Amino acid sequence: MAIETHSEKAQHPGGGEPAGPRRARPWWLRPAIHTAFIGAVVGYLVGHWLGNFIASGYQQVTEGDLNDLAIVLGYAFATVGWLAGLGVFNDLLVAMTGRDLPRRDLADAQPGLARYFRFSLDHKVVGIQYLVGMIIYFCTAGLFAMAIRAELLSPTYHLFNADTYIELVGEHGTMMMMLMTSVILGPFGNYLVPLMIGSKRVAFPRIEALSFWLTPVAFLILLSGLLLGGFPFGWTGYAPLSIQATEGADSYAVAFGLMGISIILAGFNIIATVICYRAPGMRWSRLPIFVWAIVSTSFLMVLAAPVLVGGMYMMITDRTAQTAFFIPDLGGSSYLYQNLFWFFGHPDVYILALPGFGVVLELLPVFTRKPLFGYKIAAAGMIGVTLLSFFVWQHHLFVSGINPDMRPVFMLTTELISIPTGFIFLVALGTFWKAKFKFTVPMLFALAFFFNFLIGGISGVFLSDVPVDTTAHGSFFVMAHFHYTIMGGLIFAFFGACYYWLPKMMGIRLNQTLGKWHFWTMFIFFNATFLPLFAIGMAGQPRRVFEYARNLETLNDWVSISAFLLGGSILIFVINFVWSTVFARVREEGNPWQSRGLEWQVSSPPPPDNFARVPVVLSAPYLYGFKDAPPVADLNPPVGVLSAAYAQAPATEAEV
Amino acid sequence: MAAAQPAAAPAAGPAEPSHGLRILLIWLPLALAADLVIWFVWGPHLPPGDMSNTAANQQFDIKVLSVMAAPVMLAVLIFAGYAMVTWRTRDGDEEDGPPIEGNARVQVSWIVVTTVIVLSLFVFGFAELVTSNGAGAGAGPAPIWKPGGRPLVVQVIAQQWLFTYRYPQYGGFETTDLVLPVGQSVQFNVTSLDVIHSFWAYQLGVKADANPQVNNVAYTTAEHTGEVTVRCSELCGLWHGAMFDYGRVVSVAAFQSWARATETRVAKITRTLPAYALVYYPNEIKGLNKFYYEAGLPGAGGGFYGNQYYPNEP
Repeated sequence: MAIETHSEKAQHPGGGEPAGPRRARPWWLRPAIHTAFIGAVVGYLVGHWLGNFIASGYQQVTEGDLNDLAIVLGYAFATVGWLAGLGVFNDLLVAMTGRDLPRRDLADAQPGLARYFRFSLDHKVVGIQYLVGMIIYFCTAGLFAMAIRAELLSPTYHLFNADTYIELVGEHGTMMMMLMTSVILGPFGNYLVPLMIGSKRVAFPRIEALSFWLTPVAFLILLSGLLLGGFPFGWTGYAPLSIQATEGADSYAVAFGLMGISIILAGFNIIATVICYRAPGMRWSRLPIFVWAIVSTSFLMVLAAPVLVGGMYMMITDRTAQTAFFIPDLGGSSYLYQNLFWFFGHPDVYILALPGFGVVLELLPVFTRKPLFGYKIAAAGMIGVTLLSFFVWQHHLFVSGINPDMRPVFMLTTELISIPTGFIFLVALGTFWKAKFKFTVPMLFALAFFFNFLIGGISGVFLSDVPVDTTAHGSFFVMAHFHYTIMGGLIFAFFGACYYWLPKMMGIRLNQTLGKWHFWTMFIFFNATFLPLFAIGMAGQPRRVFEYARNLETLNDWVSISAFLLGGSILIFVINFVWSTVFARVREEGNPWQSRGLEWQVSSPPPPDNFARVPVVLSAPYLYGFKDAPPVADLNPPVGVLSAAYAQAPATEAEV
Repeated sequence: MAAAQPAAAPAAGPAEPSHGLRILLIWLPLALAADLVIWFVWGPHLPPGDMSNTAANQQFDIKVLSVMAAPVMLAVLIFAGYAMVTWRTRDGDEEDGPPIEGNARVQVSWIVVTTVIVLSLFVFGFAELVTSNGAGAGAGPAPIWKPGGRPLVVQVIAQQWLFTYRYPQYGGFETTDLVLPVGQSVQFNVTSLDVIHSFWAYQLGVKADANPQVNNVAYTTAEHTGEVTVRCSELCGLWHGAMFDYGRVVSVAAFQSWARATETRVAKITRTLPAYALVYYPNEIKGLNKFYYEAGLPGAGGGFYGNQYYPNEP
């Protein structure tokens, strides 16, 4: 256990000995988001100039008016400029020159809003940054969805012209799929995992902060694609269409690549934190199920996203240096891109699903007042999903004509993955048995998760069958399927987590009446939106079209109107969030849900150091209903107990 | 995901009224009714219909999977609904629930039942793939299953944003009209000139991606005459949404006369086309575009091998 090999000092993020107080400078001279913007603009201009300088002689550039190299280098330098403006490299430069590092954590601990706009090494600050960022990204991408549904109100009349429509489709899909990978891991993973495992810090605070600060760049670069004419290939970016597309496609490749790097970094930090920074007594068998989910997700991120980054890099070189990895006429292969993309893309789907499992399974014991039924099988299910998800990717290519002999294998793996996914349902249904249901707002979201994910999961089994997939592939059926698993699963879990953990993270209670309104409108209109899409898809409407058969107009109109109302439901949440955190500010300091979770045993919001002393974990987190259950942890262990706790732990385990 | 859950669960609480039995009694008739309705009432109307053998096979698969899925979904929903109603917390009840951390019998039976369901689904799907039932899906240049006899070969050439059909057994003429004979097996050779498209003949239950430099083969046999909707189902750029046309399935005699008439009518153009091949290099025949343009010929042919084809603003 790493805790014994580290001194108490090593528990301070930023590490190192204090090197005297930080020099006080006026706020506008200290690195923060405004200097980051300046850095990004300067960087873009430098990169753009460099790209034009290098490529001015290219035949492709002189004959056409496209210079992808200038755009790509502009984005790359803008990213570096953004990070430099944030001060990401400052400590690095100080260390390289051989001087002592200032104590970063003291600066971070200062209260006030300003720290949320800085490169902060406090995991609690990063968590809140992620939370606000993710809500902004989700709402932006959601607005694109509203626009898509507005276009689909009519089978022939066009609100947007064809290129605007296809830009909207691409922006919505890409923004959701790339940024929502961190929607739970970012805010709740980074904020809560150290609290849940009894650590004062995360393993790599700089890497964690960097993973967040790459997301606004990815978001802005992706949006800037609209200025360059957007990209006409959805979120999948199939080559050779993506090689053929105009400059807007560069924004897709760079943004997706950056987001890939972000989630690799986020994953590394979580894995190292959970392995090395668990408090004494926090064995793997006592790890909260949410932490299991976040660790599984992190492994998926670390192992799958490099393939995405590589694929995007190849796409960029194809577009700028004519490397022709993906151009069949020049000896490349369009299948290569499909394989690379889905080798990331399918684990990505589970990156989006697993944190949702974790949240709902974490909430169930609290609101049923029962232990989690089959804790080990829940963890096994998550690990099983993680492993199997690397072996299913070609089910996206059942009709592509690639290697038909392999179809049975991918059909088998795809169907097998429903076994570990089913474990999650077993655990939930077992926990329901003779439970004490408390229908609070977070619990409602958790229950809705299972309803939605059931439909999403079962429809996935249909898609694994090749003859059924022949009709369903590429149609609205698929679209409905993954919205049920991702929006119905992940996003419902996200909102449940917001209502459950915001009192912990901000010390503020969200308005529960508005919360109930938010839940019921979202649940009803979500199903009203996406259930008919199964029928629309089966009736022959392909994805990403702006013209469809006239006989499907009624259903499409129903879906569009429901989608607008669903958007209104999200608006209720935004209003509730802003109202509760900015204006009403109803304090919630204790443990409002009577949870046994370790994170609830400290004050809300937690003190700067999380725990005054590293706690000693005494028992499993879900011992509801046990009359003589020991407390979850000793928060104030006597000095010198750390080594003693190791010897002590088996005894407490036997009592339980 | 296993129907056994309600039946196995009562082991957890023998003292109470038998909740498991109640759930089972609610579930059993509902599941039975749902399956009967799906198979006999809804089944014959399920997409994609029965216009061809492949479409009918897909309809059969959807029916089979629905019949398996409905009881599973009902089991989960009924169990959860029953639990929420029966064990909801009454006002003022601050007690914790019973400390049940697991139940070996329930867990093992769940794992066994889900595994059996999943493996039987796999065996079912595998059998479908080695028979004609999966033949509507594009299976690359060397499909596992091939029909007997000599099928009518129709080459589908996709490009932005239009499908062209080529009939190699009739002199290799090209047309934008898809016409097929009823009752005869058809082999679609699907390829693309530019980006990835997907040829989806909805009523025929045929879907095959059109990849550049790849010959993707799918089979079907139309069993009824009628109209066929063809849509591109892989995002292929700006006008993806406008990339559709309508084909016809006609009697064998009508097809023969149509094919011979078209072959004669466009013979002059056919001579200028590249020889029939399984894949085409789009940049091979530059002058063809001009030839078509000057001849004022609409639709199929040369232009497709060169520049992009832009449909009118819809």
